[in-house]
Amino acid sequence: MRLGVPLSLEIAAARATARLSRAAGTGGGTTIPGKLLSKLDPGAIDRLAARLPLGTALVSATNGKTTTAAMTAEILRPRVRLAHNRSGANLISGVASTLLDSGGAELGLLEVDEGALPEVARRVRPRALCLGNLFRDQLDRYGELELVAGRWRETVAALGEGTTVIVNADDPVVGDLASAAARGVSFGLDDPAQARPALQHAADSKYCVRCGAPYEYAAAYVGHLGDYRCPSCGHARPALDVAARAIELEGLERATFDLELGDVTRRVTIALPGLYNVYTAVAAAALSRELGASADEIVAGLGRFSAAFGRAERIEVGDRRLLVLLVKNPAGANEAVRTLVGAGAPRLAVVALNDAIADGQDVSWIWDVDFEPLLEGLEQLVAAGGRAPELALRFAYAGLPREAVEVVPDLAQALDRGLELTPPGGELVVLPTYTAMLALRKIVGERGYVRPYWEAAA
Amino acid sequence: MRVTVGHLYPDYLNIYADRGNMAVLSWRAARRGHELDVRAISLGDPLVPGEHDLLYVGGGQDREQALIAPDLAARSDEIHAALDGGAALLAVCGGYQLLGRFYRDRAGADLPGAGIFPLETVAGERRMIGDMLLECELEPGERHTLAGFENHAGRTLLDEGAEPLGRVVHGFGNDGRSGHEGCRLGRAVGTYLHGPLLPRNPWFADWILAQALAHRLGEPPELEPLPDELERRAHELAAARARQRGGRD
Repeated sequence: MRLGVPLSLEIAAARATARLSRAAGTGGGTTIPGKLLSKLDPGAIDRLAARLPLGTALVSATNGKTTTAAMTAEILRPRVRLAHNRSGANLISGVASTLLDSGGAELGLLEVDEGALPEVARRVRPRALCLGNLFRDQLDRYGELELVAGRWRETVAALGEGTTVIVNADDPVVGDLASAAARGVSFGLDDPAQARPALQHAADSKYCVRCGAPYEYAAAYVGHLGDYRCPSCGHARPALDVAARAIELEGLERATFDLELGDVTRRVTIALPGLYNVYTAVAAAALSRELGASADEIVAGLGRFSAAFGRAERIEVGDRRLLVLLVKNPAGANEAVRTLVGAGAPRLAVVALNDAIADGQDVSWIWDVDFEPLLEGLEQLVAAGGRAPELALRFAYAGLPREAVEVVPDLAQALDRGLELTPPGGELVVLPTYTAMLALRKIVGERGYVRPYWEAAA
Repeated sequence: MRVTVGHLYPDYLNIYADRGNMAVLSWRAARRGHELDVRAISLGDPLVPGEHDLLYVGGGQDREQALIAPDLAARSDEIHAALDGGAALLAVCGGYQLLGRFYRDRAGADLPGAGIFPLETVAGERRMIGDMLLECELEPGERHTLAGFENHAGRTLLDEGAEPLGRVVHGFGNDGRSGHEGCRLGRAVGTYLHGPLLPRNPWFADWILAQALAHRLGEPPELEPLPDELERRAHELAAARARQRGGRD
């Protein structure tokens, strides 16, 4: 009788806690009930997931997991009731909270932290697992990339026959994981016209996963993602089951591409910028297809989608506008910079660097980011956050004159200073790290410009 | 004057933003009328003793370190000869470990080292991760602090009589126990401190630069001071983090 009374009592208690947390104004209550439930009964997550009649799909990646899950939700929403952790609470506690709140849901759609994936996968036994990419990220928290990759490898190997593993074939480490799965689906980009001339400075996984020789790239798209081949042992990108071709990037506004879904090809437009968002769209398409969505539903869902929380999100603030692009690791920040510069580098930016646990306490990663292209247009920088002077130094060494850098650690003051320097009707570019983004969101929320994230996200 | 830097394996060992260190050296050299010429030395490239005023080895992920370790170990004689000829050397994290005699991993297997620094490193159970603050006295009577971040599984043990880079004020250091961090051997320095090391520790960047110039001039020159206002603030914050949350066993 594990599934009866005890579980429902636990659920009731945990849900009451969420209401209390919201009522107390301490947050969205997005993880507290899950924490409580995990404490009361660590096995509860397994049983909550088992109640979902259509099973559960998991999404993990260093970059883009929130957007991939949110796009998939948009595609599937018309046909299924979802249990989706749309606020981005992606640790075991957030997963538990989402499942708790999922009364009536048919399908679980969960974004999962890279480090938490092994435990979550073991507990919920997903029918589909979508793995987007692995970049160096918060080495102080996750450890080295190879360590995370090793745990993912073990996770995939331990999945049962019933799980389809959907991988980004353009990432050599992630693409290779499908070979260990009972059933694998690969996705990627195929458009040499969009390739970068060379691998970026901070590119990871440049060396063959099988033999260690440097890969040769027919095309490198984002970081080490691309069409690779090992000249020594022949390990190469697998054939793509789902692909984007003929990509057109339109500044900060949108991206259009041919989405090839097996034998069907459709032209798709997403209201999100950059090649990295084409990757998230293709990932969402591959996952949705696996979960039963038709080509029409996929095209329509991707077309309806608007930016997730802080991911190239625009916020009206009086007669000015904020454009917020989360930056959290070199690969993601490089793409944010590339996208901004592609649309014409801004004259002014507020960049906010915090060093809490969720940001990474080690701020050395900012020196791995190629901020230099921003200097094409950048005339003034407001350096904000707990490590503002460090960030100011980074831009000074990128070549921005020191007198053009203002150090304003306090986020509210930095935002005000940025808005003051922005002409009416203009747009202020803000690049915050994760906790700086949450704090900024709170500040603009308190001023009445956005709804709280647990209501507005997705 | 042209200062030539041999940057070993920049395509493999670049995990902790080592190019930040190069940018700082270039900028500080240029402010004093010198020019930094950074040349990559990768797998199989020649390293001719005397050609470089400074050798630099950064840190990498375990996988990349294993790929270059045999190549680096095989250059022991050339690196010794370069240092004997008066060149300076800076090694950070993985580079520091691989310039010792060996790195022994958790399974007991040894990665060969170049045997430059009198030390050896053995992987421990728990990684030592966190902000770190050191006190150094590289020149008699001149005490300075170094602030940065450490992240290493290896416990580095210096030989009896070997000189550490500094005394740990906050953080783990070489092995989490000895109270010592890094190793100094004449003009060669190895350390776990990254962050990267040089931007927020300008006195040390100048010390390294002066050691590299000494390879040309015979003696390290006096370098005129720079304003360093941002550097000072970045240093203070990093030092404050080490006080608040630097690691201890």
